[in-house]
Amino acid sequence: MHELSVTQSILEIALRHARQAGASRVSSLHLVVGQLASIVDDSVQFYWDIVAQGTPAQGASLHFRRIPAEFECRDCSTHFPLDGETFACPACGSLKLKITAGEEFYLESIEVDI
Amino acid sequence: MSTLKRVQVVENILSANDRLAAQNRTLLDAAGVFSLNFMASPGAGKTSLIEATVRALAGHLRLAVIDGDIATSLDADRAAAAGAVALQINTGGDCHLDAVMLGQALPQLDLAKVDLLIVENVGNLVCPASFQLGTHKSVLIASIPEGDDKPYKYPGMYRGVDALVINKIDLLPYVPFRMDYFRQGVEILNPGLTTFPLSCRTGEGLDAWLDWISSLPVQPSH
Repeated sequence: MHELSVTQSILEIALRHARQAGASRVSSLHLVVGQLASIVDDSVQFYWDIVAQGTPAQGASLHFRRIPAEFECRDCSTHFPLDGETFACPACGSLKLKITAGEEFYLESIEVDI
Repeated sequence: MSTLKRVQVVENILSANDRLAAQNRTLLDAAGVFSLNFMASPGAGKTSLIEATVRALAGHLRLAVIDGDIATSLDADRAAAAGAVALQINTGGDCHLDAVMLGQALPQLDLAKVDLLIVENVGNLVCPASFQLGTHKSVLIASIPEGDDKPYKYPGMYRGVDALVINKIDLLPYVPFRMDYFRQGVEILNPGLTTFPLSCRTGEGLDAWLDWISSLPVQPSH
């Protein structure tokens, strides 16, 4: 797994935006993680406590908003979640699908002390 | 008095890697090198496909191979024996190559003497999909013994590639593998994906793969 390098990136982005806002401390981070992003929340949390130590983000809480993977049927426009072992539209059985959600992986916002 | 304030960020976590990948691409383009990123599970046949490709094209193109592995230089040795300039990157435990590792490896090659670069990623169907390297095309090598459910189990990997090789088709008579079921999953995740069923061992299907490589904008400059 590669959550250590990912967690370092999260810290770097949060500290840069905190600096730009003239903040002295980061108190929380809000992350958006799609189901297809292959990121384990618990591992990020574990590394976070280590990498944030001694920085203005030490002790900041992490909040994960999970986005389930979602398909849209190209034939009947039905939206449905990714589950089970085959992919087919539950409404019309079509196999012409596109993924409309689940690939997100970004830092949405931070809360800072000014 | 300190006040709490919410700051909107909306920044992709892997944006730093993506920026470095763009630098790698610029470097490769400036040197006139076309590059491929080979991804697969361990044992699917990445190195075998590299050997077959290098042997077939070594007379026409100057090939270089950068091999990513957790340890050993076994794969780079095989690529070199087949006739490529080969460089090994040992990730020391990391499960994927990233743009930083490729960026550190590229200056170790004489890019002016390379037409086609193949980067062999670490064997893994999860992590390499998330990290752009800056290569021009990504190729996924699946193989019959892995099973026909892999597109369903590793959608992120199947989503992001430009070509799919299905290796070890010589084993189809011996292994339960529903090609229709496999291809259905691929089609949903990556409609119209260019696919090459082949066997590196028997050579069946290799011609179509080599034709595809020849159709890429690779510029032989010697």
